[in-house]
Amino acid sequence: MVNSLEVDRLAYAYPDGTQALYGVDLAIAKGERVALLGPNGAGKTTLVMHLNGILAAGHGTVRVAGTPVGKSTLKEIRQRVGLVFQDPDDQLFMPTVRDDVAFGPANMGIRGEELERRVRNALDLVGMAEAIDRPPHHLSFGQRRRIAVATVLVMEPEILVLDEPSSNLDPAARRELAEIIRSLDVTVLMVTHDLPYALELCERSLILSDGVIAADGPTRELLADETLLRNNRLELPYGFAIPAPN
Amino acid sequence: MGAGHHQLYRPGDSAVHLLPPQCKLLAVLTFAIVVVATPKEAFWAFGLYALLLAAVAGAAAIKPAFVLRRMVIEVPFVLFAVAIPIIGMGERTEVLGLSLSVAGLWAAWNILAKATLGVIASILLAATTEPRLILLGAERLRLPSTLVQIAMFMLRYLDVIVEEMRRMRVARESRGFVARDIRQVPVIARSAGALFIRSYERGERVHLAMLSRGYTGSMPVTRDLRASGAQWALALSLPVLALTVLGASW
Repeated sequence: MVNSLEVDRLAYAYPDGTQALYGVDLAIAKGERVALLGPNGAGKTTLVMHLNGILAAGHGTVRVAGTPVGKSTLKEIRQRVGLVFQDPDDQLFMPTVRDDVAFGPANMGIRGEELERRVRNALDLVGMAEAIDRPPHHLSFGQRRRIAVATVLVMEPEILVLDEPSSNLDPAARRELAEIIRSLDVTVLMVTHDLPYALELCERSLILSDGVIAADGPTRELLADETLLRNNRLELPYGFAIPAPN
Repeated sequence: MGAGHHQLYRPGDSAVHLLPPQCKLLAVLTFAIVVVATPKEAFWAFGLYALLLAAVAGAAAIKPAFVLRRMVIEVPFVLFAVAIPIIGMGERTEVLGLSLSVAGLWAAWNILAKATLGVIASILLAATTEPRLILLGAERLRLPSTLVQIAMFMLRYLDVIVEEMRRMRVARESRGFVARDIRQVPVIARSAGALFIRSYERGERVHLAMLSRGYTGSMPVTRDLRASGAQWALALSLPVLALTVLGASW
């Protein structure tokens, strides 16, 4: 089976010369839920921007379900990679929830009943069907984040990429979002430094540090390795400990 | 305040509410042109225009008190109009012991009557049409789509920016800043600069989010806003009746 995502020796320097990625290799199989861990400034967001071609690789390749990311495949890639940004106010830019969720599929040329069906279906998946006619800025932060997830689910993506999904959520909203993520039948790459959340949702984790993948393995094993975490500026919250698996 | 529950908008399902936005926009625009073209001496014509608007308000179930409250926006024009007869030149007349310019009085009346009718018509439009539908209507009337998109984003992000501004003010005041007099202006100006940068950066992030969902430069039209002949006829009956009044006044 073709992997949902394959990144091969990806390197990137910003136009001002700052090198952010130094050769990233990773592969995510279809249906996997993987956490991408790393401290601030490790290059997580830069990597994410490559996954749907917003940034073009300086060196190396990104493949989504076998299709290389490039100028000629952008349209297809952006349908297949669903990017959920950290701030839902950046993601939800239309006047109503319905218009916002419809934005992506409408850009793909879907109209009429099919569009309406897809919008309702995506909102059902995140439990926000009743908010369809409301303006996004009247909803709570947690609700807005769920709708942000719906705006990409509606594209029926191959892989869902979530940038810091648990940030700014209260404990209940955090749990609700976890339940939603777990209920989805889609490949997930979750970028975060919320380690318990990664443990809860993802069997496997990658640690990105200084622009390279520093570790790749079962989440529980990585998080039990205190030295590894410390070397990569990662820490479990106070009072937490994960026993090393035998 | 926000797009859906805007202060100006009164949700309803009257015939006026249900008209497609482009019909209402064109009706209000042409009505305003007819009003402006009316000679200022035709007092009765302005009375009839006001009656026409009252009929629209009645059909849309918009209460006079609501319209009056929204008319506060006209106050600066009223002040200006009041000043004209006092500072005006030429022949003068005595009103309540004040020496006023005759030409100034006519000019003031002309401005007040026409502006008031225009403002009421706009208030009725805004009260019966959701803000974003007004924009979609404008797009259907061939307003450049870039302008419509800019206005659309303004509508969406106004609250976000106002909230950001409020947070910056709280942050300033929490550290002992009090805006007392002119000397504090530089601090406010720097805050405004910071707000501009933040909004600009947000704009970039929103653009990325749009690109990620397949944006290629134009907003997809997902809503069918076509208007039937009957709807056009109903909406345009307002300016047509006004035009009849105008014809009679010449």
